[in-house]
Amino acid sequence: MVTHTISLIINGTEEQLQVPSNMTLLHALRDKLGFTGTKNGCEAGECGACTVLVDGEPMNSCLVLAVELNGREITTVEGLAEDGKLTPLQQAFADLNAVQCGYCTPGMLMSATALLKRNPHPSEVDIQEALIGNLCRCTGYQRIIDAVLKASRNGGER
Amino acid sequence: MLARPGLPDFEYMKAESAQDVFHLLKEKGNEVKLLLGGTDLFVQMRDRNESAGILLDLKYLPGMKDISYDKKTGINIGAAVTLNQISAHPDVKKHFQILSQAANTVGNYQLRNRATLGGNICNASPSADMAPAALVLEGEVSLSGPDGERMLALDQFWVGPGKTALKECEFLTAVHFPNPPSGAVGRYLKLGRSKMGDLAIVGVAVLGYPDPEVPAGIRFRIGINSTAPTAYRVPQVEELLAQAPLNDELLRQASEEAMKISAPIEDVRATALYQKKMVNNLTFKGLKEVWSQLINS
Repeated sequence: MVTHTISLIINGTEEQLQVPSNMTLLHALRDKLGFTGTKNGCEAGECGACTVLVDGEPMNSCLVLAVELNGREITTVEGLAEDGKLTPLQQAFADLNAVQCGYCTPGMLMSATALLKRNPHPSEVDIQEALIGNLCRCTGYQRIIDAVLKASRNGGER
Repeated sequence: MLARPGLPDFEYMKAESAQDVFHLLKEKGNEVKLLLGGTDLFVQMRDRNESAGILLDLKYLPGMKDISYDKKTGINIGAAVTLNQISAHPDVKKHFQILSQAANTVGNYQLRNRATLGGNICNASPSADMAPAALVLEGEVSLSGPDGERMLALDQFWVGPGKTALKECEFLTAVHFPNPPSGAVGRYLKLGRSKMGDLAIVGVAVLGYPDPEVPAGIRFRIGINSTAPTAYRVPQVEELLAQAPLNDELLRQASEEAMKISAPIEDVRATALYQKKMVNNLTFKGLKEVWSQLINS
């Protein structure tokens, strides 16, 4: 099996790692580097639990090879809070109980973080559209949407 | 949904030049799979429907990620341009709005950051969302092969489900769209099992533009997906609409004709009968919306 030496900048810190060709970013993050906040759901680009930011844009980490991303910046859910202080979006999720089992939450946070960056004051429909690739089987979505709306009033993604 | 086994073994290689691609395809043949966004390929490989000894990444070849617009000749979109780049690009939004609409209906936002125009076209899915819009814009593919470049109209590129007119060792480099006729208005209507995020049960693209030469005063182009082995235009219906003064009755008649031409199969998403009826409904709705937009503009 051919392996590649790559470097990824994860949450601001450069990490060097050896990956086989067929290792997705999802598995590199979880199994090689221990960033288990990124969840493995469907591995088919449907559920969005594995969503991370690549150079600031959300992607399904299950559908990207780690080797493709040599030198790129990755943000995972672990990289949102700074010095233990939650972002307004994370705080809104907590305040409004937008979490039940929690499995979809990291992906939701990453998609919504990217949304608030490109559109700091989204409408409810904008939020629905931005989160269509993040499935939640618990909440019925309303509290998640409310949390994103609340965060957008409290200063966006940071 | 159960977690799936990981991707099977393969070797990843980045193509540095077109010569690399020809050479490797010549030497290794079917062992090589070409990679753009991988949003379909990886899923197929994970399900063991596809396999590859080598995945050859074409994204970094010169020009593959470029969009270039020319007032006279139209727009050229590199095969590796992502669907989010298409839907947000100012020239696409201004001059080829229906492409932007269609791109926005594919999957979800994070998927569209990876999914490419070239992938959607080369995958040759009968339900490809870019296909109806690309057909009504009369797009042409640029194909690069060992003997040079050639252009081919999109309606000749798709030859069946998953099958294209790509010759041995050839690959898609870009899609060219000529400027639509002056005053053109377009609409892509997509029916999925859910309002957003699903594949098309039926998709209909309608492009209309003023044409004083025909009795109707307006010409329409209609492209339809998901209801035949490839996406298709319906020239008979377009002609019918051009040859008489437009009214609701004519639009209904035209939509019925489109329904008759459609040839869907029963599948997991819908029965054939339902799909036919929805071809009728969406064609009518699309025509009506484009017509009223043209009248009001």
